[in-house]
Amino acid sequence: MNQTLLLEMKQITKRFPGILANDRINFTLHPGEIHMLLGENGSGKSTLMNILSGIYKPDGGEIFIKGRKTIFKSPRDSIKARIGMVHQHFKLIDTFSAAENIVLGTHKNFKLNKNDIEKKVYDLAKENGLEVSPRAKLWQLSVGEKQRVEILKLLYRGAEILVLDEPTAVLTPGESRDLFSNLKKMAREDRGIIVITHKLHEVIEAADRVTVLRSGKSMATLEQKDFSQEYFARLMVGRKDIFSFSENITLEPPGEKILELNNVQALNENGRLSLKDISFNIRKGEIFGVAGIAGNGQRELAETITGLRKCTSGNIHLKGENITNMSPSEINAKDVGHVPEDRVGTGLVPGLDIINNIMLKGYKNSFSRGIFLNYKKAFSKTGEILNEFDIKLGDPSGPVSLLSGGNLQRLLLAREMSSNPALLVAVYPIRGLDVGAIESVHRLLLEQRSNGTAILLISEDLEEILKLSDRIGVLYEGTINGILEKQNADLEKIALLMTRVKNTGEINS
Amino acid sequence: MTNYSNKIPITIEKKLTPSPLTSILVPLFSIILSLLFGSIFFIITGNDPVEIYSVMFSGVFGSAYGIIETIVKSIPLLLAGLGLSIAFRMQLFNIGGEGQIYMGAAAATWIALNLAGQPAWLLLPLMMLAGGVAGGIWALIPAIPRAYLGVNEIITTLMLNYVAIYWIDYLVHGPWKDPDGYNFPITSTFSNTAHLPVIGDTRIHAGIIIGIILAVILHFFIQQTKFGYEIRIIGQSQNAARYAGMNIVRKIIIVMVLSGAVCGLTGMVEVSGIVHRLQSGFSPGYGYTAIIVAWLGRLNPLAIIITAVLFGGLQVGGYAVQMQNIPVSMVMMLQGSLLFFVLGGEILTRYRITLKNRSSQGDGIS
Ligand SMILES: Nc1ncnc2c1ncn2[C@@H]1O[C@H](COP(=O)(O)OP(=O)(O)OP(=O)(O)O)[C@@H](O)[C@H]1O
Ligand SMILES: [Mg+2]
Repeated sequence: MNQTLLLEMKQITKRFPGILANDRINFTLHPGEIHMLLGENGSGKSTLMNILSGIYKPDGGEIFIKGRKTIFKSPRDSIKARIGMVHQHFKLIDTFSAAENIVLGTHKNFKLNKNDIEKKVYDLAKENGLEVSPRAKLWQLSVGEKQRVEILKLLYRGAEILVLDEPTAVLTPGESRDLFSNLKKMAREDRGIIVITHKLHEVIEAADRVTVLRSGKSMATLEQKDFSQEYFARLMVGRKDIFSFSENITLEPPGEKILELNNVQALNENGRLSLKDISFNIRKGEIFGVAGIAGNGQRELAETITGLRKCTSGNIHLKGENITNMSPSEINAKDVGHVPEDRVGTGLVPGLDIINNIMLKGYKNSFSRGIFLNYKKAFSKTGEILNEFDIKLGDPSGPVSLLSGGNLQRLLLAREMSSNPALLVAVYPIRGLDVGAIESVHRLLLEQRSNGTAILLISEDLEEILKLSDRIGVLYEGTINGILEKQNADLEKIALLMTRVKNTGEINS
Repeated sequence: MTNYSNKIPITIEKKLTPSPLTSILVPLFSIILSLLFGSIFFIITGNDPVEIYSVMFSGVFGSAYGIIETIVKSIPLLLAGLGLSIAFRMQLFNIGGEGQIYMGAAAATWIALNLAGQPAWLLLPLMMLAGGVAGGIWALIPAIPRAYLGVNEIITTLMLNYVAIYWIDYLVHGPWKDPDGYNFPITSTFSNTAHLPVIGDTRIHAGIIIGIILAVILHFFIQQTKFGYEIRIIGQSQNAARYAGMNIVRKIIIVMVLSGAVCGLTGMVEVSGIVHRLQSGFSPGYGYTAIIVAWLGRLNPLAIIITAVLFGGLQVGGYAVQMQNIPVSMVMMLQGSLLFFVLGGEILTRYRITLKNRSSQGDGIS
């Protein structure tokens, strides 16, 4: 195992105002291995990798690439050292095609022959099992597809050290499995791969080694033989009880219908029918889980209900009132909370501070006095939310883009839940959260449910769906392929409905 | 596109915390740099930079007249800068300030000429209203295709400047020409009641008060009102604005009209406070200079007061230089380089720029 290391990071230290994000961290990477970084939200994982990719300068410590000491003055130096990173929030150009994004910045001459490039990208994609249409514009792709573009971009540049920041946060279990088997293949060609993750089982399934971070410190680096979920959890959070999930909160029987969709249709960005004839309802105090492989209409479903997308046929009722094609602000005003798929840039405004983000939904009602904003109220609400939802931030007047991925998400969830909505549309609410945070989000969702909120939970995590939902609808190519009651749902049935065109009458209840 | 990023030997990296010291020192340093940069051109064209700068300096600060004129010139820059900043905040690039100034001035003139002799309390508010409405309408024309069809407003607002300027040319050469004006392209002089009051016996007029009040109101408006909040959100992220239920189409129209109305008011203030009639070319490009004024003030209404005075001074200094037979285009060049360096300096406060010290393979420039 001790041949030349691909990468060695020694005593890396990074300080941000008010926080020590990395505290003398040591980290190594062998050729051919998958080395995972595990840690709670805000433990410093992204920071460490951002140092490796030259985005941040460390305050202390050294980096050796293949034994040679290297100083990164900029991301470009890091790319030159054949390091490539897929960030937690993607950095692609929306109006360019997938192929253009992949080759962007690599060609030394102007001879960018479109066909050649598309061919090359297509082959590269095929070879690595990362299917994506080279011609599609980025804004037309789902988050999962965008991720494939990001990875292809790195391969195209010949990256030898691949860093993926929470790659499976945006994938379904099936897609994750594919990704890891592809990563294993890629590693075989003497690449080293670093994967940041929250999911303990992924470490066990796919990692060769794992380094666990807690509050900026490296707790341990473990070899495969020492892997165990309990041990990881203890290292991550310093306590063991995180798996005890308060499963069956006693329920009121679900009440009246809050949300009702009848034969709803909607188009996607390309003008193609992406919701075909969707019908279901959600009752008061009920969680309706929507399972399905990403890109089968999840985003469109959430947007159509919240008024952000036109419903081309069919109708939507909220508490008996027809809200089909009402404006988003009218629907907002009817107590509908929405946690969108795209958090930074839609759910939150990255450049503004936390108070301005807290006001985003309620600025017209809760946080206003006539035509004026009521900062005082927003300020106290912000304090409440930070406390209640345990959001850590260094500088309250700084832009929220400086929050860690997990804290960003908690902030958004907190805002949408704090108004006790009648309906909450939550799209991938636990994406990117660590175990502890997931548990707290789940508890919050269940609490919301006991408060009588109807919840539409769109998720790619089948365990989450099974755990929380009262009923489960499975989306497949824009239709609800079947609706299962909690008691007769299991992973297999759902998985079947997720991937197969038609279901038997037995499954369809 | 791909190529530039590979050849330019610098890299730009986001800085995390711009220190307060740099945010004062950097603009100052940038101004000095732009003066040095200007001197290169002066030297190339055979002029003595020291002489030019001292002429400019004494032109502005050397006499009461210079200081007063600086303030006089800064009034339209302040007003128009404020007007444009509203639109810029929302990423609407209203380049049409100049045309809106002209239209506002024409509408105010129409009131002044037709209601000549009416008392000031009636005439001045009416003129302001007319100026604002005309400027607003002039901005509404490009706003509608922008809001509904996404037609680029930079082009349309710019084109409308020419229409407005030639339209005023037509008016003062034709129907509105002063019969007793010895055939000059000017209207007759406004009656006294159509003049904005002045301070003492200087040329500084009530426009300065309007400008300062407007700046304060605007600052308050952007920070404290729901409408201002919407402008800030839309300017930052249209997706988030849509998600929050904001009506972006309507806001584009309202904000463009507001922006145009303030520019129209600028035209009224200029004809009523200084020119006292309409004449062709009465604005030496205030609507364009105001673009620089607004950006240099980082779209902050209170900062725009300062940048307006700075550019008022540059204008006056420019006149002083002109007296020495140095072409005024030199001063225009200075304005441009000021914008370049100060905005460049701002990038410095927010990003860290590093020079790559690898030996380049000596390829040609650009
Ligand atoms: N640019 C920055 N300026 C100030 N503080 C920062 C900055 N980037 C990160 N931080 C802070 O440093 C800490 C570590 O953040 P980091 O993003 O590395 O966490 P993480 O382990 O990736 O968490 P997550 O799983 O939530 O993404 C957090 O408290 C975060 O708020
Ligand atoms: Mg992170």
